[in-house]
Amino acid sequence: MRPPGRVWSGEPGPLAPRVLRSLLAVLIACTGLLALAAPALAQPTPAPAPEGIEIDGTLRSGPTALEGVTVEVLGDSGQPVDETTSDAGGRWELTVPEAGTYTFRIDPASLPAGTQVQQGEVTRDIAADRLSAVIFRFGAEREGLDTSATGQVLRLLVDGVRFGLVIGITAVGLSLIFGTTGLTNFSHGELVTIGAVLAWTLNVTLGIQLIWATLIAIVLGAAIGAANELGIWRPLRRRRASLIAMLVVSIGLGIALRYLVLIFFGGRSESFADYNSQIARSYGPIALTDKDLATITISIVVMVGIALLLQRTRVGKAMRAVSDNRDLAAASGIDVDRIVLFVWTLGGGLATLGGVLFALSELSSTVQYEMGFRLLLLMFAGVILGGLGTAYGALVGCLIVGVLVQLSTLFIPLDLKYLGGLVVLIVILVFRPQGLLGSRGRIG
Amino acid sequence: MIDYSVLLTNGLGQAVGTSAIFFALLAIGLNVHFGYTGLLNFGQIGFALVGGYGMGISVVNFGLPLWGGVGVGMGCGVVLALLLGIPTLRLRADYLAIVTIAASEILRLLTRSTSQTNFTGGTQGLTGYGTAFTETNPFDQRSYSLLGIGFQRGELWAICVGWTVVGLSVLLVWLLVRSPWGRVLRAIREDEDAARALGKNVFAYKMQALVLGGVFGSLGGIFFALSVQSLTPDFWSPPQTFFAYAALILGGAARVLGPVVGAMIFWFLLSVIDGFLRQATAGTDPLIAFIDSQDVGAIRFVLVGTFLGLLMVFRPQGIFGNKREVQLDVR
Repeated sequence: MRPPGRVWSGEPGPLAPRVLRSLLAVLIACTGLLALAAPALAQPTPAPAPEGIEIDGTLRSGPTALEGVTVEVLGDSGQPVDETTSDAGGRWELTVPEAGTYTFRIDPASLPAGTQVQQGEVTRDIAADRLSAVIFRFGAEREGLDTSATGQVLRLLVDGVRFGLVIGITAVGLSLIFGTTGLTNFSHGELVTIGAVLAWTLNVTLGIQLIWATLIAIVLGAAIGAANELGIWRPLRRRRASLIAMLVVSIGLGIALRYLVLIFFGGRSESFADYNSQIARSYGPIALTDKDLATITISIVVMVGIALLLQRTRVGKAMRAVSDNRDLAAASGIDVDRIVLFVWTLGGGLATLGGVLFALSELSSTVQYEMGFRLLLLMFAGVILGGLGTAYGALVGCLIVGVLVQLSTLFIPLDLKYLGGLVVLIVILVFRPQGLLGSRGRIG
Repeated sequence: MIDYSVLLTNGLGQAVGTSAIFFALLAIGLNVHFGYTGLLNFGQIGFALVGGYGMGISVVNFGLPLWGGVGVGMGCGVVLALLLGIPTLRLRADYLAIVTIAASEILRLLTRSTSQTNFTGGTQGLTGYGTAFTETNPFDQRSYSLLGIGFQRGELWAICVGWTVVGLSVLLVWLLVRSPWGRVLRAIREDEDAARALGKNVFAYKMQALVLGGVFGSLGGIFFALSVQSLTPDFWSPPQTFFAYAALILGGAARVLGPVVGAMIFWFLLSVIDGFLRQATAGTDPLIAFIDSQDVGAIRFVLVGTFLGLLMVFRPQGIFGNKREVQLDVR
């Protein structure tokens, strides 16, 4: 909708080699940062025992190891295969004869008084060549979880709000970037992944406590966002690249970064060192772990912060002005390039924070190379639902998408829950393509 | 040491092999979408998926004959195009991009979901739909050698059928884009409002283009499913679409033969680079020590992603294209 010729001020000058150089520089910079993650790959996978496959685990309730608890494994048709009791460290080890599906069960009678297992039966596919660990979750004895329909809906609602807030934090950057530059950034998911991987590297490889690790990662993520703008997108705009060309470039960049993460970080889910298993506490009808509560609190504080930034500060007003009408903003003395750089920096930092929160709250504290791309589709759903290019729209849209995705698990299988996001996307495009808070003119 | 003759013969084998055919068909579809009409379909692999699975499921679960399955597969492509096109084709181009990429990922999740195992075989995959295809194989020796490149008999049969389909598809596209219908598509790509002002129903033309290109994508999926004789969900992942884009842009968008030549060159290069990296990283004293030989598969994606971006910036017309024809912008 914006003719490219009029939009981008600045000299038409800097040419091909410069873009090439800076593109490479960004890739190399990302590689360098990711290389820190490499030690994870050095751990050798233990060879499977010659007869049978060993499965082990550790039983812990909060900080205390559970000793003398009976764990048994049942075969496909329920026949007992093996049985053991956990040692002083809570460790247990079982052997199954061959690959297949097995059910692992805790004998509740053998648990110490006052401890309750949240999920006493775990069914797993055991393969010969893969490391298998079975995790049981325990909690202090308390009122049983409310399993009534209302209780379930309420719980999913809270989960949904939490999830929606996390999507929203990552999507604000996406939406602001679209608003200020017109770019549909398909590599935004990789900012999320890289941020989470950086936090993981600082946390696990370098041993920094997760909160500090996240703060450092946010600074690095913001720098990566800025490097993206300076190294790739600003030179491309100077070259007057069309928005479609930039969109394809962002897809290429996204693929390249995703698989760079795969090379340096590996394809497995890796846990953070802190906040791995937490006990859910009851708050009236709902139960939340501390990290869930922290995720919700941090998200809300950050959201309010963004809203204040947009409403009250000079730079926030300038951001809205550029989103609204780039030429007019430039004509009234706003340095558009600086604002766009600021938006990218903000977007990079928020994506990192969102990545860590996403890992903590949705992926049971693990980081994984495809997490950002998965989230990207939901971000798009939320951003379009709220209205492309509007910051508040992104927040509202993502909240709705998060809640819908979680509530949809009442009706559809768990591994299909992202389906809800897409359905929302298509329905909103049919009935209100400009989104809930968007303006009519933007959709072309 | 690097054995260059092996690299070359493998590369040539790939350039005419089943992968090149598969991506040529996807890229022919994308050429109709992106090259001629300016539609941003980033979920072409989704069209291939519904083609392959549409055929597989209807043959395995509903006992249709193979030709019926092929029909169902193509029909699925049409339905998917309508579903995605109706909400998005009136809007800015990037809405279609977002919806198609999301749809292709959702389709992959749907086929690998455990709840659908009875239909799709879940992560185990689906087999046993292509016996009619292998039974009609006229080649009776175990393997054949052409110009030093060895082919198994099944592969050779698939290649013969595949290139015939590619040839017919190219012929169809060539006839269509020379027709008045094709000129309207180009007009829409260049200036949608102008086309509308001339009384053309832009939405209908875009939809027809989306359906046509989608059916080519489905054909690609059907062909691939028949040539490898098994369907596994994780093959149909979003990056595959961009392999097809890379092939299309390399060959030259908005050229009839662009996607075909592009796919051949693309697979030749990919095979040579892949083989080189594998040889260079293998063994006790590897030439390139800092890359693990297990990572070569991932490096392929990194290279293709970077390559696609650079191509789009520095030579959007590819090898044979016309620069004026590919300067699209979001409208």
